[in-house]
Amino acid sequence: MTFEVGSGLSIAVILTTVIVVAAMLIWVERRLLGFWQDRLGPNRVGYFGLLQVVADMIKIFTKEDWIPPFADKFSFVLAPAIIMSVILLSFSVVPFAPGVGVVDSNIGVLFVLAMASLGAYSVMLAGLSSDNKYALLGALRAAAQMVSYEVFMGISILGVVALSGSFNLREIVLAQTDGWYIIPQFIGFVIFLIAGVAESHRLPFDIPEAEQEICAGYHTEYSGMKFGMFFVGEYLGLVLISSLITVLFFGGWLGPSFLPPIIWFVLKASAFIAFFILMRAALPRPRYDQLMTYGWLFLLPVSLVNLLVTGVIILSTQ
Amino acid sequence: MKNAENHLQTSDQVAASLQQLRQDHGELIVAEQSTCDGMPTVWVERQHLKTILRALRDESRPRFEMLFDITAIDERLRSNRAGQPASEFTVVYHLMSFSGNCDFRVKVALQDSDLSLPTIIELWPNANWYEREVWDMFGIQFAGHPNLYRIVLPPTWKGHALRKEHPARATEMEPFSLSDEQEDYEQAALKFKPEEWGMKRESENSEFMFLNLGPNHPSVHGAFRIALQLDGEILVDAVPDIGYHHRGAEKMGERQSWHTYIPYTDRIDYLGGVMNNLPYVMAVEQMAGIKVPERVKVIRIMLSEMFRICSHLLFYGTFAQDVGQLSPIFYMFVERERIFNIIESICGARMHPGWFRIGGVAQDLPNGWEKRIQELLDFMPARLDEYDSMVMNNGILKRRTQGVGVYDTQEAFNWGVTGAGLRATGLEWDYRKQRPYSGYENLEFDVPIAVNGDCYDRCAIRVEEMRQSLRIIKQCMDNMPSGHYKSDHPLTTPPRKEKTMQDIETLINHFLSVSWGPVIPPNEVTVGIEATKGINSYYLISDGSSTSYRTRIRTPSFAHLQMIPEISRGFMVSDLIAIIASIDFVMADVDR
Repeated sequence: MTFEVGSGLSIAVILTTVIVVAAMLIWVERRLLGFWQDRLGPNRVGYFGLLQVVADMIKIFTKEDWIPPFADKFSFVLAPAIIMSVILLSFSVVPFAPGVGVVDSNIGVLFVLAMASLGAYSVMLAGLSSDNKYALLGALRAAAQMVSYEVFMGISILGVVALSGSFNLREIVLAQTDGWYIIPQFIGFVIFLIAGVAESHRLPFDIPEAEQEICAGYHTEYSGMKFGMFFVGEYLGLVLISSLITVLFFGGWLGPSFLPPIIWFVLKASAFIAFFILMRAALPRPRYDQLMTYGWLFLLPVSLVNLLVTGVIILSTQ
Repeated sequence: MKNAENHLQTSDQVAASLQQLRQDHGELIVAEQSTCDGMPTVWVERQHLKTILRALRDESRPRFEMLFDITAIDERLRSNRAGQPASEFTVVYHLMSFSGNCDFRVKVALQDSDLSLPTIIELWPNANWYEREVWDMFGIQFAGHPNLYRIVLPPTWKGHALRKEHPARATEMEPFSLSDEQEDYEQAALKFKPEEWGMKRESENSEFMFLNLGPNHPSVHGAFRIALQLDGEILVDAVPDIGYHHRGAEKMGERQSWHTYIPYTDRIDYLGGVMNNLPYVMAVEQMAGIKVPERVKVIRIMLSEMFRICSHLLFYGTFAQDVGQLSPIFYMFVERERIFNIIESICGARMHPGWFRIGGVAQDLPNGWEKRIQELLDFMPARLDEYDSMVMNNGILKRRTQGVGVYDTQEAFNWGVTGAGLRATGLEWDYRKQRPYSGYENLEFDVPIAVNGDCYDRCAIRVEEMRQSLRIIKQCMDNMPSGHYKSDHPLTTPPRKEKTMQDIETLINHFLSVSWGPVIPPNEVTVGIEATKGINSYYLISDGSSTSYRTRIRTPSFAHLQMIPEISRGFMVSDLIAIIASIDFVMADVDR
């Protein structure tokens, strides 16, 4: 077997790497938060607490896998599987480096957006099937938030698609050889960043699981491995959004040749992951209706204007 | 230096209001009683109670705007009642005037065979919980009360705990056991039934959801439960349910000696530390006639203000956390820790030093204490400025808290709100300024106020109060009087040791005071202070023995929780969390 786009080996390597990275992020986030919050974070298990993840995994795997008697069993079990699968599937179109990837799809951008839409089912099903009022409130909030922010997310990257003339993520990267899209598409980048946080419902937009308000929202009733899947799924989402920002606006693997392309990709994506964690440490959470108003009355018009202006510029320069 | 005695209520205002009441309703007054706090106390018949209270609220000059407290006394075993009308159970109404800066006490005598009174909810809505508490603790009925259920004790409790025949210790009761059936019964009793509270299950176009928030919930700051009636996420109504943290602190006051009760007071508002000791020891000192040395007063203020900063810091951090900002609480815990280290080096303990004594404090300040205090004064201001830019100036936090949970000064009076919650409505009223105690009149500090009365303002005031507390601490440090850390009054507990080995009188006195505890002369007194969360006051009755006959602790948090439904209707669940956070309560302070 050779290591090329779409080979069995590269699929296996990418899948494993992505999941391991997502799991390691649990440790990374706790350490970084600890650093920023003037405390230590996990530093006891292994060097620098690196084995904390292993310990967490052992705990999560051996915990009783409990389904509440009042829950709707089928959708209760299905929900965490959906979030893991759709995000892992999204990774299949991400070009990590030349020759590293699962598939070079001509509809890569659309595929990612489609998968993100499917992800909304996961939280809604989880919230509804739990038959718990807090979970229901979380699902309500999640449904509204994810469905709205998908709209802005989609529109915000249309500028990039128009500039590169392709839905293929690999071609979008190659089209940035002369300059990253962060410069012509800065507004698109900001909107995509905000919508990305909302899509992966992390603080400050963790409204569907706001701990101080509705305990843990849609996954209140989950425990053991099913909770673990939501947990790792959230980190997978974080990696995915960071990778997409890198690919769409920061030239993917492109960079000076003293480092191999894959390293450039990893460095850029890591910087965004760290930025997301910093945001969590720094910002309070807006109220659910404020987030909705902000999206529909501010982000939507701005992203539409951005798209229009991009279109006008492209047409006038041709 | 001005005279540093406790505020005695002998002003012209009090005399005028009493005189007016005598003129207008002289025939309704059964008796007048004098107490050592100088507060006018009149006895009335229960059929005239409402007339008198209404007159005091509306016609009296000054008007008594706030119902400060309602409590009762089981008088059946009390021997020193000279001059008081015959009574088996006395219900005490404590009114407060902010315009005239004075208080008024109205008492009603009841017989055990007929324990019933008219409710006064229509005069002051906050009478609701106080009347429920009196019913719960003494079994006194309030005719016309809409929901006269138990409030602090469990709904299944047998008996009324503050009656003298009710046991005070577990060893005086049957051994506790909980069978499965009993557990089911207890749980069923906790089920929330909307109909009991006059709530509908559905409106014309929607079915309401009843959400049980607590008693275990990340944002209720302890064991506190609110049943919410929700239309979507909009709050239609709410019913707070308290009592999960009740420890019978008032009952314990009746079995502990005056001296050994001090540590219990620490745990009333468990974030207030020694500040809780202050109203208690000042009340006992007032009855005993002890005048404490200047040094004691200044030490007490200094420590109290340090605890005020600690408590406000914790409030500040959790306030930010409850609107979703995770980090400030960690920074503030670091600061709090440093202050606790200083407190520990002075008192020997951190959160609950129980360090004030009747007639003084436990030890003198340690050598080099100024250096530690100076440390605090050096690092705090810069950190407070940093927190301003992190929390108070944050746009998201402002949008979450401004215009949320608003009430005005009149509503604050109606609900018995004191402290920062009252000052946030624009009323400049601080106990330390208006009725200086323990020497606050000699210190320079400002009383911060705000005008909007919303969550943001309540927080902003506490932030500014921390700066003022630092000013106070600095003045205490710079002007610490020399002298003894204990009064030489014989009732000072434990008494000063110097003379014990010299003559037999002081030796015997010392021995009795230490082994049995001091005997406080019969009297009644109410002493309040500006505690961390509002006005905390102790109403103590001594029957001339080594224990208190009745210890009533009026806490600010109890009053503040009662108004949650009033100020959160129409808001969303997230706003409710911000409102709860902005109130700054601890459940120990509510349930006692």
